[in-house]
Amino acid sequence: MEPALKPFIEPQSPPLQSSGFIGWLRANFFSSWFNTLVTLALLWVIYQIGGFVINWGIINANWVGDSAKSCPNIDGACWAFVTERWRLFVYGLYPKELYWRVNVFYLLGALTIIAFVFSFGPITKKLRLTMFIGFPIAAYIFLVGGVFDLQHISPENFGGLLLTLVIATVGIFGSIPLGLILALGRTSDLKVISKVCTYFIEFWRGVPHIAVIVMFVALLPIFIPDGNKIDIVVRAFIAFAAFNSAYMAEVFRGGLQSIPAGQFEASKAIGLSYWKMMGYIILPQAIRNSVPALVNTCISIFKETTIVLLIGFSDFLGIIQLSLEDPKWLGPPHIFSSAYVFAAIIYFTFTYGMSKYSLRLENRSNVAQ
Amino acid sequence: MPDEPVIIFDKVNKWFGDFHVLRDIDLDVQRGEKIVICGPSGSGKSTLIRCINRLEEHQKGKIIVDGIELTDDLKNIDSIRSEVGMVFQSFNLFPHISVLENLVIGQHLVRRMPKADAEEVAMTYLERVKIADQADKFPGQLSGGQQQRVAIARSLCMKPRIMLFDEVTSALDPEMVKEVLDVMIDLAREGMTMLVVTHEMGFAREVADRVMFMDEGQIVEENKPGPFFDAPRSDRAKLFLSQILRQ
Repeated sequence: MEPALKPFIEPQSPPLQSSGFIGWLRANFFSSWFNTLVTLALLWVIYQIGGFVINWGIINANWVGDSAKSCPNIDGACWAFVTERWRLFVYGLYPKELYWRVNVFYLLGALTIIAFVFSFGPITKKLRLTMFIGFPIAAYIFLVGGVFDLQHISPENFGGLLLTLVIATVGIFGSIPLGLILALGRTSDLKVISKVCTYFIEFWRGVPHIAVIVMFVALLPIFIPDGNKIDIVVRAFIAFAAFNSAYMAEVFRGGLQSIPAGQFEASKAIGLSYWKMMGYIILPQAIRNSVPALVNTCISIFKETTIVLLIGFSDFLGIIQLSLEDPKWLGPPHIFSSAYVFAAIIYFTFTYGMSKYSLRLENRSNVAQ
Repeated sequence: MPDEPVIIFDKVNKWFGDFHVLRDIDLDVQRGEKIVICGPSGSGKSTLIRCINRLEEHQKGKIIVDGIELTDDLKNIDSIRSEVGMVFQSFNLFPHISVLENLVIGQHLVRRMPKADAEEVAMTYLERVKIADQADKFPGQLSGGQQQRVAIARSLCMKPRIMLFDEVTSALDPEMVKEVLDVMIDLAREGMTMLVVTHEMGFAREVADRVMFMDEGQIVEENKPGPFFDAPRSDRAKLFLSQILRQ
C-alpha cells in the first residue's frame, strides 16, 4: 500500500515569547535565583558608585572661585579650577583678540563632523570629500595665518584643547592618505616599491614613539642642514603623522586583503586600469571593511597626542598640569583629582563619539551589502 | 569565408611554479564559433581561457587575440580585456554598488560613455537577461542564478567580440542552472564567439560547434559534440564521460 501524503500545513505566527516590560525584566535579569542575586549585587554597586559620583561631582562640588580657597569642601569636586581657567584650556596661549579665528576652527571642525555623521542624500559623498580635504587647509589658514591679511601666529602659541585637536587633526588627516598610499605600495606587484613601503612601515612601528618625537625635535637640526628653521611644532607634527601612517597602512592592508581575488579579476576582465580598479572597486570595499580598525587607530591617535607633553608642549593635559602648579591653586588634593577627572571626561567624550560613529558606519555598510 | 581566426594559440606553455599546467596548446577559434571545453579538474581548462584575457600570463608560445599578440605591453592588454567578456564561477559582482551601477561602471570608465547613455544600455541588457526589475538592488539581495545573469549582462554591456565562460553554472543551485544556460543559448544563437568551460553536456550538444577535452594540460581530443559524446576515441575521454554521466 502507498503511504498517505501528509496534509499541507498552513503557516502560523510564532508563539508569544514575553509579555511586556515585566516579562523582559524577568527573562533578562531574574531568570534564576543566581541571576537574581547577581542583579541585586550589581544594583547595589551601581547605587554606591552613582551616589558617590553625584555627591562628589554635583552636590558637594565647589563651582566658582579664583583660588584654592574657593574650594573648602574636600568631599566635593573643585570645578572652580575649571570654570576659572577654561579660556586657557580651550585657547591655550592664542592672542585674546584673535580668539575668533580659533572659534572658526572649532566651528569648521564641528561642521566636518556633522557632514560625516549625518547623511544629506546624494550630495553627501562630494560634501564629505570636500570637507576632508578642505578642513585641514582652512584650519591652517585660520590658525596659522600669514595669508589673506591674517596675522601670522606661530604654532608655538597653540596650547590646550586647541593644540590637542590640531595634533589629532594632523595625525588623523595626515596618516589616512599616507597610510593608504603605503598600504597600496606594500601590496604592489613592483618589488622595489613593495620593499621600500614595507621597511618604512616596519621602521616606524618598531621604534618607540617617544624616541621618534624626541629624535625629530632634538636631533633633526643636527642631521639636516638648516633643520633649525623648521618650526619645532611642525617637526613634532611630521613625526606624529609619520608613525601613525605606519599603523594606518597596516589597517588598510588588512582591508585590502579581505577583498576576494575575484573582485580584482572581474575588474580587470571589464578592462579597468589599475587605478580605476582600485579607486572604484577595491578601495571602497577595503576601506569599508577597515572601519572598525580605522576608528580604533583614530582613538589611539587622539589619546596619544598627550605624548607631546614630553617635549614641553602644553596640550590639553599639559596645560591642566601647568595650571595645577600655579601657587594660587596649590591646596588639598581634591583640586588635583578634579582637574584630572575633568581631563578624562573631555578625552572620553571625544573618543566615545568616535567609537559610536564607527558602530553606525558598520551598521550602515551591513545594510548596503 | 576564410576569415583570419579571432583567437590563435601557437604552442602555448604555462607553469605554476614547477607544475606544467598548459603543454603545447594549439588552438584556432573562428569568429562566431562556440567551443565547449571539458575535462577533469586540474586539467588546465580554466587556465587556458584565462590566458585569453591575460588574467594568467603564458610563458612560452604565442597567443593572438583579434589580431593583437598578447605581450607584456600593458596598453594592448587593457584594450583586449575590454573586447573579451568573461563570466566567472563565483559571479564576482561588485557588492558595494547596485546592479545597475555594476553594468554602468565599465562602460563609463573604460568606454567613457556618459552615465545616462550607459544606463540605457545597461537596462536593455538587464531586460535581455530578464532581470530589469532588480536594477536598483544590491547584488547580495539576488539569488545565485540572478547574480550570474547580471554578471553576463555586465560583460555584454561592454559589447565584447568574444565571451569566456568559466564554469558559470557550477556554483548554482540545480534549479537555477537552466535560467543561466537559457541566456547563454540565446547569446550563442546571435552569433557570439564563445569559449565555455562547462560540464553541462546538454548545453554542449545543443550549442557547441566543437568540444575540446583536456587532461593534464593538453587538448586530448577535439570533435563535434555528437561524435564526441557518442563515441569518444581516447580512453581518458571515455573514462571522464562515464564518470560525469553516472551522476
